[in-house]
Amino acid sequence: MIRHATIEKNSLLMLVLVLIVVSIGGIVEIAPLFYLESTIEKVKGMRPYTPLELKGRDIYIREGCYNCHSQMIRPLRDENERYGHYSLAAESMYDHPFQWGSKRTGPDLARVGKRYSDDWHVLHLTNPRAVVPESVMPGYPFLAKTPLKYDDIEKRLRTLAMEGVPYTPDMIKNAKRDLLAQLDPDSDDADALIESYGDNVQLRNFDRQPGAPTELDALIAYLQMLGTLVDFSQYDEKANQR
Amino acid sequence: MDYETVRDFSANYGLYYFMAIFAIVVVYALWPSNKKSFEDAASIPFKDEGPFTEDDK
Amino acid sequence: MQIIIGGLLVIGALLGLIMAGKGDDSVMRLHGSFILIASLGGIFALIKSAYDNKEKPAQETGYMDTVIKYGLIASVFWGVVGFLAGDFIAWQLAFPALNFDLPWTNFGRVRPLHTSAVIFAFGGNVLIATSFFVVQRTCRARLAGGVAPWFVFWGYNLFIVIAATGYLLGVTQSREYAEPEWYADLLLTVVWVVYLLVFMGTLAKRKEPHIYVANWFYLAFIVTIAMLHIVNNLAIPISLTSSKSYSLFAGVQDALTQWWYGHNAVGFFLTAGFLGIMYYFIPKRAERPVYSYRLSIIHFWALIFLYIWAGPHHLHYTALPDWAQTLGMTFSVMLWMPSWGGMINGLMTLSGAWDKLRTDPVLRMLVVSVAFYGMSTFEGPLMAIKAVNSLSHYTDWTVGHVHSGALGWVGFVSFGAIYYMAPILFGRKQLYSLKLVSLHFWTATIGIVLYITAMWVSGILQGLMWRAYDSLGFLQYSFAETVEAMHPFYVIRATGGVLFLFGALVMAYNIWRTARGDVRAEAGVPAPAAG
Repeated sequence: MIRHATIEKNSLLMLVLVLIVVSIGGIVEIAPLFYLESTIEKVKGMRPYTPLELKGRDIYIREGCYNCHSQMIRPLRDENERYGHYSLAAESMYDHPFQWGSKRTGPDLARVGKRYSDDWHVLHLTNPRAVVPESVMPGYPFLAKTPLKYDDIEKRLRTLAMEGVPYTPDMIKNAKRDLLAQLDPDSDDADALIESYGDNVQLRNFDRQPGAPTELDALIAYLQMLGTLVDFSQYDEKANQR
Repeated sequence: MDYETVRDFSANYGLYYFMAIFAIVVVYALWPSNKKSFEDAASIPFKDEGPFTEDDK
Repeated sequence: MQIIIGGLLVIGALLGLIMAGKGDDSVMRLHGSFILIASLGGIFALIKSAYDNKEKPAQETGYMDTVIKYGLIASVFWGVVGFLAGDFIAWQLAFPALNFDLPWTNFGRVRPLHTSAVIFAFGGNVLIATSFFVVQRTCRARLAGGVAPWFVFWGYNLFIVIAATGYLLGVTQSREYAEPEWYADLLLTVVWVVYLLVFMGTLAKRKEPHIYVANWFYLAFIVTIAMLHIVNNLAIPISLTSSKSYSLFAGVQDALTQWWYGHNAVGFFLTAGFLGIMYYFIPKRAERPVYSYRLSIIHFWALIFLYIWAGPHHLHYTALPDWAQTLGMTFSVMLWMPSWGGMINGLMTLSGAWDKLRTDPVLRMLVVSVAFYGMSTFEGPLMAIKAVNSLSHYTDWTVGHVHSGALGWVGFVSFGAIYYMAPILFGRKQLYSLKLVSLHFWTATIGIVLYITAMWVSGILQGLMWRAYDSLGFLQYSFAETVEAMHPFYVIRATGGVLFLFGALVMAYNIWRTARGDVRAEAGVPAPAAG
């Protein structure tokens, strides 16, 4: 009986040893990121996603865009010339989950915002080869035809607020109103949207077709704001050296 | 806790920790009196021949 | 244990009913109905077996091999599905019209289906089946937990079905190799804990004083995957009846958590688990003990200790702080040593029996898998060096590297184990045909070579084109030009995939005929007896 007990202990002992050995690496590497202040740079201009941009981001995730597009420009000369200033940790501080990606079958999108017109995006997302003949991207013609479902938008903002994204109770309450206002700059609610989220919000009818908001509206609103928030003229590179 | 303290700690004690673990494993693996039991263990896969029953002690 | 499993099934049925009835979205309702049906099926099976036991007490002796037989069939099935999905998306990259402009067939949704099908559906079923096979035979004890192993098998495959259908319907967390949403993750957690209990329980029942080294690797795989899975999938659902959640961490912390998980999914799922296969099946098939048991001890501890640190090499030159990148690089380079220690141990087990490679294609498959393991664990540390990574990252080189490990190492060692176990599990004297095993071996090998050479060339070419400057100091190529240059290599890669898939179909046929008890008349191939 004693022998049997020691044997059982051995397999438990091994379990415990394995757990200790494998947890140390993760704790040492990941934990400091949460409380070392230098992990995230100090920048001006970062704000949470507007409800429309957030819906667009969720569509980006749903379609698996991250499989082929990164959102992380490395501090290498060719990347800075091709895509712009290297990405800062601060630029994805509200990204639940992050979308840095791991593969560039298509180009990086970290700063794709405002690079192309809305018309270009409408064409490109509907039939990529109409504007880029060499492209191997799938077409997403269904986005323009699918009405945007946003009945759960308050829940989405509330969940993110629980996780630390600075959405105020007012922003959550007005989420539906803000979503619609972003598509209609002439509406009465447009000013309220800008007041809540800042003047770097872009307002217009993104999918270039009249009528109810579509999934294409949301996705283009998201793409057009990517990388446009941080004001790099005021960014202190030396102070944020890590 | 700032970055410098973390760095100093890992540079000093991290190294000792790694070396200690490695040394323990190597000593255990090469300890002469363990040789016999390792040879027994290595032959375990060949002991299961023949019909198996729960009462097979 | 029966009562606990019964309780879990009742809870599962209730939760499934709530999800199916009250779900916010159609995917939640669909998955709720899957869980409900599976739980009711389980309850029915439990009651039926209890009733049957009253009539005629079940045989509780001998190895519990039926569940492993199911695992083997599931492995072969999911292997074919996963390879087919992979080859389909490979052709999509060569000919984008194959995306059909539909949501359910576009690359972005099918690619996670491919990765999950090969890693978790194929690889996972192989690992569960072989671990049950090995732990019983090296402990000389029946699997612990009564019906619990069946719960593990069905629960795990239910998770696979929920994950796969979810991707195609647009439900994903976008975390690579951890895409299933929160409710699927919870299901997997329950299944995994039962799996750990079954494994530990069987170890506790063993009649050998030692725990054989293969079981260490299986144990490290099960425990570490549990830890990684739970931490990386921390998320808050937007409502308890919605399939959508947001990850708890954001940005840089989220990225490191994900790649700490991602790399260790390779390290503990695709490496440690399959090393368990290597340490049992190669000695068994070669009929000689492992080359050095001492080396295997050092291999084990050094491997699990170093692997866990290597994750940050997926984030070189990103917004991750430099100190974390340097740690990741250092440990990745050190990882080369235990990896090759393990490879040498596997290969040298054959010393004095090299002639068997000529006559036994199953052993050949197992041994070549170890050679591929050595090759990709040499390439991996190289690519983790920051200077090399600045070229290779974001390109097809990474894809090629993954597949030299996945097709060559994981694929071949699994095929070897499947061919070894099939006659034993189906109670046959030998495989239907060793010639077909040989055919599988050669077509798959040619397929792998086509695949990885195409990806080396396209990856390095693409990396160089991205950073090429013309004589005036401007970037020489637009991104679109680099995409166009990839086309021939994408065709070659997809062709290699066809060969690999063909090999798997040959295996499926061979296993089916073996299960039926057929033996193909073959001259010149001495058939090694099973067992």
